[in-house]
Amino acid sequence: MNVLVYIENITGKFKKSTYEVVSYAAAIAKQTGGTLTAVSIGNVDASTLAEIGKYGASKILNVQQDALSTFVNQAYASIISQAAKSVDATVVVLSNTFTGKGLAPRVAVKLAAGYVDGALELPTIAGNSFSVKRGAFSGKAFANVTLNSPIKVITLSPNAYQINDLGTTATIEDFNPSTGAHDFQTMVKEIIRASDKISLPDAELVVSGGRGLKGPENWGMIEELASLLGAATGCSKPVSDSGWRPHEEHVGQTGIAVAPNLYIAIGISGAIQHLAGVSASKVIVVINKDPEAPFFKVADYGIVGDAFEVVPQLIEAVKVLKAQA
Amino acid sequence: MKILVCISNVPDTTTKITFNSNNTEFNTTGVQFILNPYDELALARAIELTEGGNGSVTVVNVGLADTDPTIRKALAIGADDAIRINAAPANAYFVAQQIAKIAKEGQYELILTGRESIDYNGAQTGAMIAEIMDIPSISIIKKLTVAANTATVEREIEGGKEVITVNFPFLASVTEGVAEPKIPNMRGIMSARTKPLQVVESIAVDILSSISSFDLPAARSTVKLISTNESAKLIEALHSEAKVI
Repeated sequence: MNVLVYIENITGKFKKSTYEVVSYAAAIAKQTGGTLTAVSIGNVDASTLAEIGKYGASKILNVQQDALSTFVNQAYASIISQAAKSVDATVVVLSNTFTGKGLAPRVAVKLAAGYVDGALELPTIAGNSFSVKRGAFSGKAFANVTLNSPIKVITLSPNAYQINDLGTTATIEDFNPSTGAHDFQTMVKEIIRASDKISLPDAELVVSGGRGLKGPENWGMIEELASLLGAATGCSKPVSDSGWRPHEEHVGQTGIAVAPNLYIAIGISGAIQHLAGVSASKVIVVINKDPEAPFFKVADYGIVGDAFEVVPQLIEAVKVLKAQA
Repeated sequence: MKILVCISNVPDTTTKITFNSNNTEFNTTGVQFILNPYDELALARAIELTEGGNGSVTVVNVGLADTDPTIRKALAIGADDAIRINAAPANAYFVAQQIAKIAKEGQYELILTGRESIDYNGAQTGAMIAEIMDIPSISIIKKLTVAANTATVEREIEGGKEVITVNFPFLASVTEGVAEPKIPNMRGIMSARTKPLQVVESIAVDILSSISSFDLPAARSTVKLISTNESAKLIEALHSEAKVI
């Protein structure tokens, strides 16, 4: 099967999730004996584009227009589906980022394709059957979704697939899709990005705090531990509901579902709604005063103790570890 | 302004998830269903935007008669009327086709959905409705303000936000921040019983995807406890044993 992968950039740079999705798409192409083409939209320089070749794309279609330097959902969806048609792609893969979530459903409708979002593994392909595993019930379960259409659209969960440097190279071609005024009905006025912060949905490490921290004034130690580890900060629902932390840090069933390598929960008891949002974490550490806190039942490591005693010790230990490295 | 809010009937957030029929079917026995929490935010913002007789809010749901209590809840919160498309929601594309038809016929200026439903978490239906209708869509917004012919929204992006302007009609899916959920008052609950709930039949749609089976996450091994005065050992274990830092 020929595969097309959309390589999302942020101000001309690719993120880890983009390399992950290229590796994932390359594996599907290999699995089915097809070729992998990547499509880039916006202003990405040639050397950055060439990097993508290493992960198994044999061709990169480059769409470079000033009007496309910020995200325009309809235009991007139209370009990706035109690119898919131009290379006879039967599988189209995107990252399940905020942008991917807005874009992929439109691409799927344009291509009359069945769509699986948030894939966690490579598809299982047997004869005409094509199925993909994803999360369901906000992390409480998994669903195996079968796609019945000739063309399939998949978005890959961040941090779910290993990046594989294959040492291959790609050719870069300019691609000139047709777009019209109708495709440009949204206009980005401003982008506000906290450059010093690691974004929660694709973080590899997360340090999260709950009501056990007693108040927003005590978040200094959470932020210090997170910054030493290179982790994103998260929180429980009561914490964001009380306005101690912003909504975008709320981890759980009605907030952000995370899948980091390490999730450290400090002063969070582990309500079922919170546990749902962290179940895909590889290693879970729980620090809580209450030995009966339900969070300990799903933890890999635990410390029964007061956060105000434990966290400063952890901060010191991380400093020691970093000094040795 | 005429606003359409798409609502979903989902298991309560405290539900313990189990499956029937060889893990092919969600076991609804004893499960309490609620209005999808993100859809509640969409509804709350729609009600705010139409306050003081400034338009109307219609809620639409694709479901069988068992979703009526959730639709009545939306009417009690403050929607003016409701449409139920009488079909089991096969998948997001099926639902999107049903709602797009209703939305075209009703000529709504603004269509709102929650960012995702908390059962299948697809975050698909909204943008699919917009694509079928050929109107703009903005996914996962946390702010929505409206001027004469144009709206300004803030979309969540990794590590920040985008401020976007868009003309009507358009569709947006909302997340926390866009509004606070509204609790129905007694007057709302009383009037919900008599507000119009129109039931319409569904249209045929190709089934492009289906769930073949479910799995439950594997149980984690028991927790390794470290004593408070040896907290530093945790960092050591994460580094040399778990190898995650």
